[in-house]
Amino acid sequence: MIWRFGLSDSTFEPLISAHWALGVALAAPLLLGLMGAVLPPKRAWPVALGYLPVLVSGVALLCTFEQSGLMRWQWELAGVGVSLRLNGLGVLLLLTTQWIGFAAALYTPGLLRLGETEPLSRWLWPLMGGLLSALSLIWLATDLLTLYVALELMGLAAVGMLILSGKPAALLAGMRYLLLALVGSLAYLLGVALVLGQWGRLDLQGLAEMVEPGPVAWISAALMGAGLALKAALFPLHGWLSPVHGSAWTPVSALHAALVIKASLFLLLQLWSILLTDSFYAPHIIALLGALAIVWGGVLAWRTDSLKTLVASSTVAQLGYLMVVFPLLLSPDISPLSRALAWDGFWLQLIGHAFAKAAMFMAAGNLMLATGEATLKGLAGTSRRMPLSLLVLGIAAVTLMGLPPSAGFTAKWLLLDAMVKSQQWWAIAALLIGSLLTAAYVFRLFRYSFYESAPRHHYQPLAPGMDLIALTLALAAFALGLLAHFPLTLLHEGGA
Amino acid sequence: MNAAWLPLTTLLTSLLAAAVIFTLPENARQLRTSANLLAAVGKIILVGLMAVRVSAGHEDTFSFQIVGSVDFVLRADALGVMFAGLSSLLWLCTTVYAIGYLEGSANRKRFFGFFSLCVASTLGIALAGNLFTFLIFYEMLTLSTYPLVVHAGTQKALDAGRIYLRYTLSAGVVLLLGAVLLYALTGEHTFSSEEGLGNYLAHHRGLLLLIFALLVGGLAVKAAMVPLHGWLPRAMVAPAPVSALLHAVAVVKAGAFGILRVIYDLYGIELSVELGVTTALAVMASITIIYGSLRALAQQELKPRLAFSTISQVSYVVLGVSLFGPFGTIGALAHLLHQGLMKVTLFFCAGNYAEELGIHRIDEMDGAGRRMPLTSLAFTIGALGMIGLPPLAGFITKWYLGVGAVQAQMYWVVAVLVASSSLNAMYFLPILHRLWFRTGPAHGQGQWPKEQRLGRLETHGWLLWPMVFTALASLGAGLLAGLPFSPLDWASRVASGEYLP
Repeated sequence: MIWRFGLSDSTFEPLISAHWALGVALAAPLLLGLMGAVLPPKRAWPVALGYLPVLVSGVALLCTFEQSGLMRWQWELAGVGVSLRLNGLGVLLLLTTQWIGFAAALYTPGLLRLGETEPLSRWLWPLMGGLLSALSLIWLATDLLTLYVALELMGLAAVGMLILSGKPAALLAGMRYLLLALVGSLAYLLGVALVLGQWGRLDLQGLAEMVEPGPVAWISAALMGAGLALKAALFPLHGWLSPVHGSAWTPVSALHAALVIKASLFLLLQLWSILLTDSFYAPHIIALLGALAIVWGGVLAWRTDSLKTLVASSTVAQLGYLMVVFPLLLSPDISPLSRALAWDGFWLQLIGHAFAKAAMFMAAGNLMLATGEATLKGLAGTSRRMPLSLLVLGIAAVTLMGLPPSAGFTAKWLLLDAMVKSQQWWAIAALLIGSLLTAAYVFRLFRYSFYESAPRHHYQPLAPGMDLIALTLALAAFALGLLAHFPLTLLHEGGA
Repeated sequence: MNAAWLPLTTLLTSLLAAAVIFTLPENARQLRTSANLLAAVGKIILVGLMAVRVSAGHEDTFSFQIVGSVDFVLRADALGVMFAGLSSLLWLCTTVYAIGYLEGSANRKRFFGFFSLCVASTLGIALAGNLFTFLIFYEMLTLSTYPLVVHAGTQKALDAGRIYLRYTLSAGVVLLLGAVLLYALTGEHTFSSEEGLGNYLAHHRGLLLLIFALLVGGLAVKAAMVPLHGWLPRAMVAPAPVSALLHAVAVVKAGAFGILRVIYDLYGIELSVELGVTTALAVMASITIIYGSLRALAQQELKPRLAFSTISQVSYVVLGVSLFGPFGTIGALAHLLHQGLMKVTLFFCAGNYAEELGIHRIDEMDGAGRRMPLTSLAFTIGALGMIGLPPLAGFITKWYLGVGAVQAQMYWVVAVLVASSSLNAMYFLPILHRLWFRTGPAHGQGQWPKEQRLGRLETHGWLLWPMVFTALASLGAGLLAGLPFSPLDWASRVASGEYLP
């Protein structure tokens, strides 16, 4: 497992251009965000222009990685070591972050122009930039302290963005989120302290060589795991998720559901693959909770009347798919072939869901903005009036349901294949039941939209491009399904 | 020489048509119509080209790797081109018909967009070169049909849509499980590989049976085999062109076609016989045939009667497959086409009666032959074909199926065929009697439920001509069965490929 995370020595020293690209990828979002606070962009095109260096840096890192493989960076800053690595997985997640961040940033000016103007709305930009920088750092960092800093930065930026809309409900939910995030960080920090006390080092590569199974490893894994599970809204610690999304701005929700919670999950998997090298029970407990999450999240989404709660609850269920895969990735009794398939399926599912969920939040946000309704019943007649937003919602939902030709389907195929090969029958059942539940709540939503008895005739027109951005994201999830070969090859070049 | 662009372009014609239709505004009626018709005609030409290339011995293949051992494969083989031909021909007819049928109604952009997607999916199903690709388009068909079923937006339509999804999505999950089990067992397995799964028989008999049950069970839902047929009669709330497409080529046939693929190209007919699954399938198909006919007999409305008749008729295809022998196969394959042509004619007629005269119930049809002679003539051709009267298309199928049953020494199948034909006669002949020999509003007694004068002729031209065309086609498929490129000829070509090395 370790080599899959690129925790091994690199063959080549990074080139100068790679240094530059790395610097831009990490710092530019934050700097651009600060610039956005000073001069809030009113249109999408300045955002696109300003964001260009970030996208270029991502592509540059991809090219360097293609040429020279795994790359490592190490610095000593005031006695504390900072180490980064760039492997295939890192590149993939970085690109995902940059492009979804790009979509969210492009979407924002239109939203701010149409929605009620808030005095604080200019602060959205630095927070968004900080969030993207922190996320990029999480994908790349390989020592526990840097990861902690990035995690905190990400959490605080996320809380800040969520309460910006200024509504009392948002403040309440945001404060609760802040409290939970701090508790999570505390648990994580305790785990880090334990590790430092026992083995005296914090870099993951060194730890991977030194860690031996034992009580300390288990306890620190449990502490960090609990903290990260809380931040990732893994079932049963998901209670804070829906209220937080309920009153947040659309691009914030999109970024949060697509990337923020995935970062904690990524970290959880990475740390456990180092600390729990031959644990059977821990991944199975996660998987069991995942199976429950699939059912519970599905039922929640099925019962709700609020559009945003539906989309947020579906995140709980979709995270369940990822949790169910944990034994395949971590348990010692899995054959290499199954593990390789599960590894591919896991990341494809994660990335596909990121794109689809971002698209879905945007489409839902568009519908709510245009109709002025936040309930499913308010959607009556939208299939006639707002076909494009609804179509985007539909395309995104196809990925969530795991129907072809989406990334969700290809990922599900890979996961099912891995599970069949390793005889995990109950996990298969969970996955298949999850698909049906997802279809149930998705089509419940569409059912309302097809009602022709729509009395209202007034719709707020949307800014140009708001639907198109969401459509592009949703189609990206489709393309990932059909062209899964390309991202997954990147994943295989992870270690060597 | 491999013309990889050919299957891909053929698929893209409908997909692009859908994309263009979705981007055009709702009221750009002329532009939408021309784009739609252009794509439909273009597709027929492309499929014709494929047919020519297949008969010259080429198998054009387009493929790329999706992930690991899983590929996306489109391949124009004889069986696929046969289904593709049916689908593209009927797309043109139903599109023309739908343009007339939906004249002036709302949401036409949505309708035609998803209609094109639906047809693109059937083409994908036809040309899919392996199970994975098949699955992609099979599920795409499910999704693209839903908006068509609920098109009216009424409570009844939405309920029908819910039930349709409940059946088809559950079936999709079962099918997916079967497909994954098969891939886990054998790795990549294209429809074109020669050996079938015979190698696995010795050690994995139970698993092969399980996979077969999962695959065919999943497919049987769309093929509306009893007891998995519950969605089909309810889906009748959809507009007439949708029903026509659903019954003649899209959903129901996709299921039957999938069963054909599983038996002929995945398991291989010898292995299926060896496993004993063909006998089980023959029994299921026979039950469906009789049950569907009996239920059709009990219906008082025209469209539900046709729906149950579909349930019965599609299972002829499955029955023919499960008769191990060339004649059964030819019968099955030819019926896939013949039933499509005849059923689409019948549904066009039902739609015309409903549009022009407001007729929905069978007892309202008295004397309609005088008021709408062409429609009634077409209906008569379709109905007599369904019963299996020579020289119509349906007769050929039943003849081949009967001969196949005798050759396979399954004499009870002959009894099923005879019983079913008599039942067909019992529920179709009374309608014909009402049409032609009873006196009704056309003779000055009473009046039609809701008469409209839609055109100079007996009804709107867009509604009339597609129907006339398909009626003539079902007549021609029977009369000219001996000519090259007739349905029977093409079916024989496929069957000889299957049985002769």
